Amino acid sequence: MTLSSRPASQMHMTTLVPGEPLISFKNVRIGFDQGDVLRGVSFDVWPGETKVLLGESGSGKTLLMKLAAGLLHPDEGRVWVMGQELEAMSEHDLLDFRRHIGFVFQEGALFDSLTVAENVSFRLREEEIDDAQIEARVREVLRFVEMEQAINMYPGELSGGMRRRVSIARALVDRPPFVFYDSPTAGLDPVTSQTIITLILRCRDLQGVTSMLATHRVQDAFGLARFRFDGATGRVLPVSHNGHQTAPREDQGEGSPPTNVLVLRDGKVYFEGAAEEVLHSSDEYLKTFLVSAE
Amino acid sequence: MPDNNERPSLLSFAGDFLKRQVFAVQEYSLLSLQALVNVFTPPVYWTDTLEQMDSIGVGSLPIIIAAFLSIGGVLVLQTASQFQRFGETALTGDAVSLALVRELGPAIAALLVAGRNASGIASELGSMVVTEQVDAMRALGTDPTRKLVTPRVVAMVLVLPLLVVVADFVGLVGGFIVAHFTLRLGAVQFWTRAVNTLEFGDLVQGTVKPLIFGFIISTIACHKGLRVTGGTQGVGRATTSAVVASSLWMLIIDLFLAKFLLYMFQK
Repeated sequence: MTLSSRPASQMHMTTLVPGEPLISFKNVRIGFDQGDVLRGVSFDVWPGETKVLLGESGSGKTLLMKLAAGLLHPDEGRVWVMGQELEAMSEHDLLDFRRHIGFVFQEGALFDSLTVAENVSFRLREEEIDDAQIEARVREVLRFVEMEQAINMYPGELSGGMRRRVSIARALVDRPPFVFYDSPTAGLDPVTSQTIITLILRCRDLQGVTSMLATHRVQDAFGLARFRFDGATGRVLPVSHNGHQTAPREDQGEGSPPTNVLVLRDGKVYFEGAAEEVLHSSDEYLKTFLVSAE
Repeated sequence: MPDNNERPSLLSFAGDFLKRQVFAVQEYSLLSLQALVNVFTPPVYWTDTLEQMDSIGVGSLPIIIAAFLSIGGVLVLQTASQFQRFGETALTGDAVSLALVRELGPAIAALLVAGRNASGIASELGSMVVTEQVDAMRALGTDPTRKLVTPRVVAMVLVLPLLVVVADFVGLVGGFIVAHFTLRLGAVQFWTRAVNTLEFGDLVQGTVKPLIFGFIISTIACHKGLRVTGGTQGVGRATTSAVVASSLWMLIIDLFLAKFLLYMFQK
């Protein structure tokens, strides 16, 4: 098989239904020995949207991402992704489904016995694509995350920020329509965090990737809501109109798709709306959260 | 007056413990079955299997050789002291050969391999679990059972019988060296008796046992590794648990297997 025989538009297992959300959570509950972590969570993610999950540590942000990727199953409720109900799928079908999404784990989760190139090409090698095509695609995606120089290095030789970038490259290698970012800036210094957010902006604005991003840093949410990456100039530019929609419209025009925030508290959705609405909210908890999370 | 709250909590503790054990057995059974089914359905990761065969087989050779040279020698010393009382030191070759091929070769080689490789497998897979590498593999659309477990199980099942053959031979060499210098037994006398005393049933026992031991060791090690919780401390616990559980179950099953094989070959 060759990459050229699998154009990006045909790599996706499902076709998006107009007017239907890409991801839909309905009354999802999941708990462990210590009790319920999520208690009836419902929300939608629309094509082109960037959904930022905000919440304190342990509020269930990562759980939501793993549920949406079919890595965990809810105790109650339903999760639909790209028109398919994950609960109804066998593990075999879920493996096939996951080949069409990207997942960036909190610490990168790179395979430490493989080089950067082998990590990034892991999915392509599983699909037995030609070596020359793999090499070209790996270099292309590593260039995109500005990590081509580290192609033959091992994860242990990379810094935290570099590992995240390689992890993003691994998630993007098959041009997925949807990418999950689990706390991509956690534990990174502000400069490196900004580099990662810029990279996510590039994925969103240059490749049209819909995404869900879990973070406890409100700066990440506002960075995504207030800026866009301009491919022509290669610069990050401010946007003024963004963040006021819950779903993209046909007449959206220039600029980036909407960025919406979902705040989790006590296992439930406490707030859902545009990033700017959080900023101007008079709710005491949100105010406290914004101050403490900055 | 007894505390009414105490009884339910003890009962629930016992109930939870039992549930966890039953769940673990169920998980182990499913993992073992899946590992077997994966061999007959594509994709099969032959390169990973060969790498594991090299790691388990070639990697275990030095300890197998060193251990069995010593075991063979000790067997001669222990049995010869009894045979000398009856003037039958020539039977030493028979005793060493039968003991090694039927029982000590498979059992001790399996214990050594369990000590070396069950710990390695459990710690490697456990580390992958706690660093989310296993989840990452699933997120990339690859089945961790197929990619990580099946190659290790197949490699162990194929390699352990070969290691046992080496162990038996090296044990006999060790026995012969000691017999030659302490009992003045000649090479022809020792090796002829050692080989001729073996029957078809003995060889079957010596081959079937390591096949089953290899399966038990590798599946238990993989199961312990993939069930790790609690970070690096959990990896340590899983590693210890993998060696203890695989060795123990291997010895328990050896008892029933020995009885069954002796019955099959009318010993």
